[in-house]
Amino acid sequence: MADGFPELFDIRSFGRAMDQGFNQIVANYGETLEAIFLPVLKALVMMEKVLLWLPWWGVLLALAALAYAASRRWTVTVAVAVMTFCIGVIGVWEQAMATIALMVISTLLAVLVGLPIGIAMSRGKRMQAVTLPILDIMQTMPIFVYLIPFVMLFGPGKIPALLATIVFAIPPVIRLTNLGIRQVDAETVEAVRAFGASPLQILFSVQIPLAMPAILAGINQTTMMALSMVVIASMIGAGGLGYQVLQGIQRLEISSGLMAGLGIVLLAIIFDRIAQSYGQRMQKSLKLES
Amino acid sequence: MTQTYKIRVENVSKIFGRDPKAALAQVQAGMGKDELLRQSDHVLGLHDINLNIRAGETFVIMGLSGSGKSTLIRHFNRLIEPTSGRILVDGVDVLTLNDHDLRAFRRKKISMVFQKFALLPHKTVMENVIYGLLVDGMAPALAREKGADQIRLVGLAGFENHFPGQLSGGMQQRVGLARALATDAEILLMDEAFSALDPLIRHDMQMQLRDIQARLHKTIVFITHDLDEALLLGDHIAILKDGVLRQVGTGPEILMAPADDYVARFVRDVNRARSVTCGALAVAGQPQGDLVLDASQPVEAAFSALAASDLPIGVRDGNGQIAGVLTRATVFQALARA
Repeated sequence: MADGFPELFDIRSFGRAMDQGFNQIVANYGETLEAIFLPVLKALVMMEKVLLWLPWWGVLLALAALAYAASRRWTVTVAVAVMTFCIGVIGVWEQAMATIALMVISTLLAVLVGLPIGIAMSRGKRMQAVTLPILDIMQTMPIFVYLIPFVMLFGPGKIPALLATIVFAIPPVIRLTNLGIRQVDAETVEAVRAFGASPLQILFSVQIPLAMPAILAGINQTTMMALSMVVIASMIGAGGLGYQVLQGIQRLEISSGLMAGLGIVLLAIIFDRIAQSYGQRMQKSLKLES
Repeated sequence: MTQTYKIRVENVSKIFGRDPKAALAQVQAGMGKDELLRQSDHVLGLHDINLNIRAGETFVIMGLSGSGKSTLIRHFNRLIEPTSGRILVDGVDVLTLNDHDLRAFRRKKISMVFQKFALLPHKTVMENVIYGLLVDGMAPALAREKGADQIRLVGLAGFENHFPGQLSGGMQQRVGLARALATDAEILLMDEAFSALDPLIRHDMQMQLRDIQARLHKTIVFITHDLDEALLLGDHIAILKDGVLRQVGTGPEILMAPADDYVARFVRDVNRARSVTCGALAVAGQPQGDLVLDASQPVEAAFSALAASDLPIGVRDGNGQIAGVLTRATVFQALARA
């Protein structure tokens, strides 16, 4: 113990009060919160079921088609197809589908929440000054800390895993939306203002389209962070590839841990390729045009 | 004067900084621009500007960089608000407009062309041109029809579906001009609109603007740092230095009677024989000889006749009446003032 450190307030009783307060919230609102997130849980389970119901080549074709639509390049498309095939080859297909479902749903929700926050941040110095340190804290706080309150509220399962993943993965999309909008050429914004565009018209016709490459980079990072969270989230019942890694640790089986890890790497490359090639194509077309 | 003005600028001052009002009080107490910057870190952008701009004229505001001309033009459509003073457009003080009315004013009454074009890079030529119309809520089909007219007018037919990045600078600025004309605004603000263009293209654009103006009779406020451009386009010219208006007048007035040393140095290198009209130099007298010149012709049209004989040459005004004469002495005197 650090002897002689001035005791400014009683941290132990503060901690007790905090725990008690949170316990009360759990007791009083736990069920309500669970009811609120029931639709999200249903969507997650539904997506997982659909991915598993589809034949493996159906998922492979869908991902390849997505890759082609995003990149318009055959190299990327073929690479994505081959890597998807590898996921099946190394025997982690079912776990990978669960992981994709968790990642896609949490990324979608993160974007849905993060975009408006990023936009709000870009509109004022004060909002940015308040939000930036919060984002810093969110990104440096050890991930495990997030698990505690969510598990207390919902019990182990998919919903706390999803929420913890969102909290962990949301900062990049907020940051880069803010940055992208702030970097839009001030003269272009002034020009549309001179033509009588309202703030909303400026936002949707100029700022968001021109910030799109940055926003996409943010979404890409958010996706990657969501994926990196799956191992940890599996500790509270997320299932999927992360759970197999956890099992590998518990049973001391290198092989099952390694295969699941490889599966995560493959998923990361697949989604990164798709998102990046789309971002690059977009940036290129904007450069050509400006 | 009973003449009504389209735009009146009354006692407009603009100070940039933390506390412009307090700084303005210091300026009114006689503090200069440099001292203000040193003492309180405020920048004096404009100081007590008064301007009267007639409907249908091209009014040029000229000054070097840092003179405040771009700040001044942004006051007309209130992209920048003055620290004090009034800006009246058709008798209405634009500073009293609320957000809604200000947007309507910008959509319908006043439009702007920018030095660096400021086109929307992610939209096609057509989409750029009709941007102002769509913002105003016009049906897209009708807007496209109007847009096609404007694109033809500036000579870009066939490029409707190109993106700005695929066009040359001159073509991009034609898009900027078409965008500004599309809204049918009565007032056109042009902020160094041709300064970023190559000399030949710039001349083309100046001529095109004159053609368009001869047909449409807009009220044009044109900013430039180029005296030749000011003399070519401007019905009236205002010269701005360090945020202070030094002289306002027609081109010949400024050339022949510079208000102070600064203006005199500014106009010293201009080819007066080409910029000054016969009408500006005509004095009372009886013409002798056969040659009669129009008042709007440049003085150099009289050179060969004056070289050949000493007789006064007649100058006729717009109605064909003899307004006065040019003599060798008056012409030489006028040109020798540099």
